[in-house]
Amino acid sequence: MTYIGIIFTYVFVSNLVLTQFLGLCPFIGVSNKTENAVGMGFAVMFVMSTASLITWAFQHFVLIPLNVVFLQTVTFILVIASIVQLVEMVVRKTSPPLYKALGIYLPLITTNCGVLGIALISVNEDYNAVESFLAGLSAGLGFLVALLFMSAIRERLELERVPKYLRGTPIAFISGGLMALAFMAFDKALLANIIGA
Amino acid sequence: MKKIIGSIIKDNPILMMGLGLCPSLAVSTTVNNALGMSAATFMVLLGSNIVISALRKQIPDDIHIPAYIVIIATFVTLVDMLMQAYLPQLSKSLGIFIPLIVVNCIILGRAESFASKNSVSRSIMDALVMGLGFAIGLTAIALVREVLGAGRITLGGSGSTIKIPGLSSAPALVFVFPPGALIVLGFLQALFRRLGEDRPEKNSEVKK
Repeated sequence: MTYIGIIFTYVFVSNLVLTQFLGLCPFIGVSNKTENAVGMGFAVMFVMSTASLITWAFQHFVLIPLNVVFLQTVTFILVIASIVQLVEMVVRKTSPPLYKALGIYLPLITTNCGVLGIALISVNEDYNAVESFLAGLSAGLGFLVALLFMSAIRERLELERVPKYLRGTPIAFISGGLMALAFMAFDKALLANIIGA
Repeated sequence: MKKIIGSIIKDNPILMMGLGLCPSLAVSTTVNNALGMSAATFMVLLGSNIVISALRKQIPDDIHIPAYIVIIATFVTLVDMLMQAYLPQLSKSLGIFIPLIVVNCIILGRAESFASKNSVSRSIMDALVMGLGFAIGLTAIALVREVLGAGRITLGGSGSTIKIPGLSSAPALVFVFPPGALIVLGFLQALFRRLGEDRPEKNSEVKK
């Protein structure tokens, strides 16, 4: 697949949150304010792209040569947890304002299934290093886009009169569903038309 | 017994606490998949709860999260391999979502908030209640989606199906697709909130 194809696929066609249900917890958890959504979105984007690249390296230079592919899940989750830890330390040292903005979201990313999800997807699809990195980056971008839209919707919903039992997360899920419905317009046929594949 | 049923509704991990959403929605297209996923999650939850509560005095506080994750990931790998060996069909249809049980917040959440503080026997009990709650929530979503989206219910591994007259010829396909899952989840959550809230009110009326 071409690089543009990969970007378009993971930002729109297979948007992790809206079509694969990966990373739903933070999607609902931090989407109540736009600024939080932006912070979380960028943090996830960074972790996803580095994690896909590093897990790719682990898969090809450690797991396959040693014939221990069954340790994939354990290895990947440890790699992701260490990257998150590392990012947290680096950001804290180099840029205190950024740390202040992203700090609280960073630990949450370890349990964002999207990060492990995109790493596993890249391995399953047999991507090379560049493709894995791009898949991670665009999956993160897709997450950011979905989170941003969702927070915009939720900020407006707060001013609306919502039935008592639907307030909070239920209405967020329903509006998320309607947004996912709109994203269904981006399908494989449209992708083929755009990149001419 | 009543307490257990009450806590299954009130503390339902999926519908009331919003835990473990990611894998649950993706596999809830058929009741069959939902049951398979619940069973796999339950096994991991049970195993990790037992081991973590047994080791709760040995695991140092500073590294407890990585330690838990390694324990959980080990059980997930175990379940994944068992499923591939004995239930290849199911393992194929659940696909990437079996390894993703590692990051299912229910398991880490229970490890952190319950198993790390309680005895082994109580942790087993907790795993049973949580596992059952997860299974009920997931199956409820799957039932609504399969009935409305495909007009049928698939039963067990035998593959026998019950067709629902009227719906099976013109199903509302949207419920099989991702948007349907989110919408169903939203409405079920509201319904469970209603159910969970009514209970204490009714009891207090009886007492008066």
